[in-house]
Amino acid sequence: MSFLEYAPAPESKAILNLKESYGLFIGGEFVSGNGAPFQTISPADESLIAEVANANAADVDLAVATARRAYDTVWSRLSGADRGKYLFRIARLVQERARELAVAESLDNGKPIKESRDVDVPLVAAWFFYYAGWADKLDYAGLGANPRALGVAAQVIPWNFPLLMLAWKIAPALAAGNTVVLKPAETTPLSALIFAEILQQAELPDGVVNIITGAGDTGAALVNHPDVNKVAFTGSTGVGRAIAKSTAGTDKKVTLELGGKAANIVFDDAPMDQAIEGIVNGIFFNQGHVCCAGSRLLVQENVHDEVVDRLKQRLSTLRLGDPLDKNTDIGAINSREQLDRIRELSNVGEQEGAERWTAECAIPEKGFWFAPTIFTNVSTSHRIAREEIFGPVLSVLTFRTPAEAIAKANNTPYGLSAGVWSDKGSKILAVADQLRAGVVWANTFNRFDPASPFGGYKESGYGREGGRHGLAAYLQASGLGSSHVGDAPAKKSSKQPAKGAKK
Amino acid sequence: MTVEQAVTLAPAERAIQLIGTELTEKSLKLHLDGLSGVDAVGLEARAAGLGTRSIKTTSKAWALDKIISLIDLTTLEGADTPGKVRSLVAKAVTPDAGDPNCPRPAAVCVYGDMVPAAAEALGSLKGLDQPGGGINIAAVATAFPSGRASLAVKLADTRDAVANGADEIDMVIDRGAFLSGRYGLVFDQIVAVKDACRRADGSFAHLKVILETGELNTYDNVRRASWLSILAGGDFIKTSTGKVSPAATLPVTLLMLQVVNDWHRLTGEKIGVKPAGGIRTSKDAIKYLVTVAETVGEEWLQPHLFRFGASSLLNDVLLQRQKLATGRYSGPDYVTID
Amino acid sequence: MTRLTVPKTYKLYIGGKFPRSESGRVYDLVSASGSFLANVAQASRKDARDAVRAARSALAGWSGATGYNRGQVLYRIAELLEGRRAQFVDEIIQSEGVSAATAGTQVDAAIDVWVWYAGWADKYVQVAGNGNPVSGPYFNISTPEATGVVAMIAPQGSSLLGFVSVVAPALVSGNTVVVVASEKSPLSAISLSEVMATSDVPGGVVNVLTGSAAELAPWLAGHADVNAIDLAGAGETDWVDLQISAADTLKRVLPPEAGVPAPSVQRISFFTETKTVWHTKALI
Repeated sequence: MSFLEYAPAPESKAILNLKESYGLFIGGEFVSGNGAPFQTISPADESLIAEVANANAADVDLAVATARRAYDTVWSRLSGADRGKYLFRIARLVQERARELAVAESLDNGKPIKESRDVDVPLVAAWFFYYAGWADKLDYAGLGANPRALGVAAQVIPWNFPLLMLAWKIAPALAAGNTVVLKPAETTPLSALIFAEILQQAELPDGVVNIITGAGDTGAALVNHPDVNKVAFTGSTGVGRAIAKSTAGTDKKVTLELGGKAANIVFDDAPMDQAIEGIVNGIFFNQGHVCCAGSRLLVQENVHDEVVDRLKQRLSTLRLGDPLDKNTDIGAINSREQLDRIRELSNVGEQEGAERWTAECAIPEKGFWFAPTIFTNVSTSHRIAREEIFGPVLSVLTFRTPAEAIAKANNTPYGLSAGVWSDKGSKILAVADQLRAGVVWANTFNRFDPASPFGGYKESGYGREGGRHGLAAYLQASGLGSSHVGDAPAKKSSKQPAKGAKK
Repeated sequence: MTVEQAVTLAPAERAIQLIGTELTEKSLKLHLDGLSGVDAVGLEARAAGLGTRSIKTTSKAWALDKIISLIDLTTLEGADTPGKVRSLVAKAVTPDAGDPNCPRPAAVCVYGDMVPAAAEALGSLKGLDQPGGGINIAAVATAFPSGRASLAVKLADTRDAVANGADEIDMVIDRGAFLSGRYGLVFDQIVAVKDACRRADGSFAHLKVILETGELNTYDNVRRASWLSILAGGDFIKTSTGKVSPAATLPVTLLMLQVVNDWHRLTGEKIGVKPAGGIRTSKDAIKYLVTVAETVGEEWLQPHLFRFGASSLLNDVLLQRQKLATGRYSGPDYVTID
Repeated sequence: MTRLTVPKTYKLYIGGKFPRSESGRVYDLVSASGSFLANVAQASRKDARDAVRAARSALAGWSGATGYNRGQVLYRIAELLEGRRAQFVDEIIQSEGVSAATAGTQVDAAIDVWVWYAGWADKYVQVAGNGNPVSGPYFNISTPEATGVVAMIAPQGSSLLGFVSVVAPALVSGNTVVVVASEKSPLSAISLSEVMATSDVPGGVVNVLTGSAAELAPWLAGHADVNAIDLAGAGETDWVDLQISAADTLKRVLPPEAGVPAPSVQRISFFTETKTVWHTKALI
């Protein structure tokens, strides 16, 4: 036998206590939706997990009105300390139910259990824990004394980190004193619905958090609802653009976390074994379904062959398969639609003349799968070097000098993240300075922490999530309109925002 | 930096092939300084990741037997006696009195003066490669564990152990010389010790070079020392004496395996790795197996290329084997002490 | 007998030079009392394009300069403004029809605002940045950086103070700007450009267009190489359409404000991007 074909080590699904169907979570209880219910399936074998309610415009109205009422009557009247205590409770409950949440996440999303167990769920708890402590310290958020909540936050999140994105959105919103209507992605509603049960256990006041399920039209109805004050969206640049347009002329404060095409720059003086790990983690973590994935490997020409060779050796040890097996490195692609897109762009890569290499691994018969793939001989003009693939596909490009590496890294409308690998500190810092990206990982990649702001430049969106900056995104200064902080010279004109023609 | 005097070093085939015949302190230093650096955070994160592999059922059964067959069952105490060594050998020959199918460790590892006692106790079972599965004798040498003795003493120590029948020599490098940058001196000593491993018939006792990674301290040093030891002719690179803390760690072993992988990619030659000290549980040992298999390949999981330097590990593995066989947890009274 | 005066030609300010509009167009500027003041260049979309190109070219140098350096360059402008106080007062009286006292107050306020912002250049990063205590062996720091090329519609009233109040905060962090000056009172903006041209502000850091905001703004809002747009003085235009157009490349958009924006740290922050850098930390 081969030792490396580790015997199956499946995480038990027995810990789950799923219902056959889930309603919308509005006002602290599950209610039925008015749209046609939809099914959520396991992408690993296409089996049915549960039926989920579909929120139509009337349901969105109800959810927003419920959040507004909770804001006016309960949440805005609570002390920061008490808001914080609710968040601490939630953090603890997430820790207590961590295994269950991890299994649900892997089942519904297709990501390996070792990632949901070791990355997603622990970070979810950390996020609530971090922002819990902020709730009674808002004076230090950077907006001057007594900053105010915005009101009702409309939050729409993607399917790649369903529960983690929920935490990124809900934790700072509640800490800052807002109430929330959140819509998870239609392919991954499960963990958010279990989270709703956690909110019940935490006895969070009814209506402070409302979770409505549905597809794009539900999300559009939510962000365009006239009574929301804040829109926070994570997802594709296309949808982000549409939100930026539809919220134009309104007073809604908007945070957008959109796509990326991150460069991972490997210099010839890099700590090479760790760089290889970083490249692998950069693009194959979560099947490459990561907006900040290091999808463009920029490798110094004199070490290109060595890097590619080592990468192939390393990729051949990756294990693709059952997301619930504790030894799985690469899980399932989240949906057939996403799989089709990955396939299409990969085929384009071949047609454009790039050289394709795919790790040898058995592909399960059912479900959506894509083996780790590397393209070499990629040019900056190739579509696979410009478009976000959002899958386990790496494009390898070369550079000769640091200046060329920076120019190529920045040569994209995106600007979410980047990686730099070198043992030379001064070079790392200088390169990091010049990269037009919101997060730069030096000698590491895909690290996340609630204390660390995350967000993009350019078409990767605006606003930050995480850290003090992520808190400020849910607050306004206590003055009206644009605030006046510090001892600025006096001025006479009004601070009232101008009235624009509202579309 | 002062310019080193161009001292011609003792000939060593691997180094000559890689660096050239003009082997000097300086050329060696330049060569080692050209090695890729190690980022400790990334290395440790990778090791931790490998440590999360879940090895169950048939894989676990295979792994437990494999671990036993890779153990250098060790006693290295000032209080060692021929009686203690005989007891150790008996344990190696019959690890589990209740299971005649239990595999045997690869070697017993003792001080040089205990080699005759070990050889006598092993009798016809001495020698790993003999049909039916024998056991090697590994002897620590070269003023183990500190290495603080003249080269002449170290060589005499080595020759003595080989002459008494040691199949393997576990030498220590001169960490003082290494840390003060005298790579040439370290290199020369390894070459000389390797030469001292030559038997009358022209064959060599296998040479394991102990880096004592706990004293080298940095991962960059471990990489350089590993490379240096291979260049000088070591058959194995070994983490530790077991007398210094920390002894073997998973990250340090991973790093040494990466060096071995680099060497293999460069030359096609396979070098062995031996983590020693501090590996006491089956669970830990399995992490090492995973690390070997996923770094250099499963082929390395054989006694010629991988060993555990351990003493208490064997009994923990035996307890786990009994659990797998019977389905219930065993206890320390059901395994023998040596 | 009175001396015949030498009137000034008011041109555009692009890339450190003072071109006429490539379109050859000018518009009559008349004083509050209706007398002819100047033929002001009426910038075209191509002038806007050239200005964006100049701003982009100047970005690396300006944003890459030290905060201390930017602070000194900006402070130098305040010095020169003070020296030319009389000229600015005179132009404001003529074009805005206000009293000498009101004009003087405006110029003083503009200088003070400029000095206030200049002082932020080497401090802002400390106030808006963070060392982040992440739970792992990582050095982690967040610092704000310039967003890039910022297009601005200057407030229509209080022409000098309005111009300064939108331009200065964007310059502090290292942005370069393309400003459409107040359409009815553009003189201060052009004279301020002359101050900049003779100070240490690199060419292209500030580019000034005169003409119709309604005509120019759509081109700037739609320009893919503009990173952000400040609509402070665009309240009279179809600014929502501008914001919608700006969304095509996800520009940062600051909506119109009535009057002159107050000096604020938020104005600096709005045109910055927070970059977070992680680096591994280890002794061994």
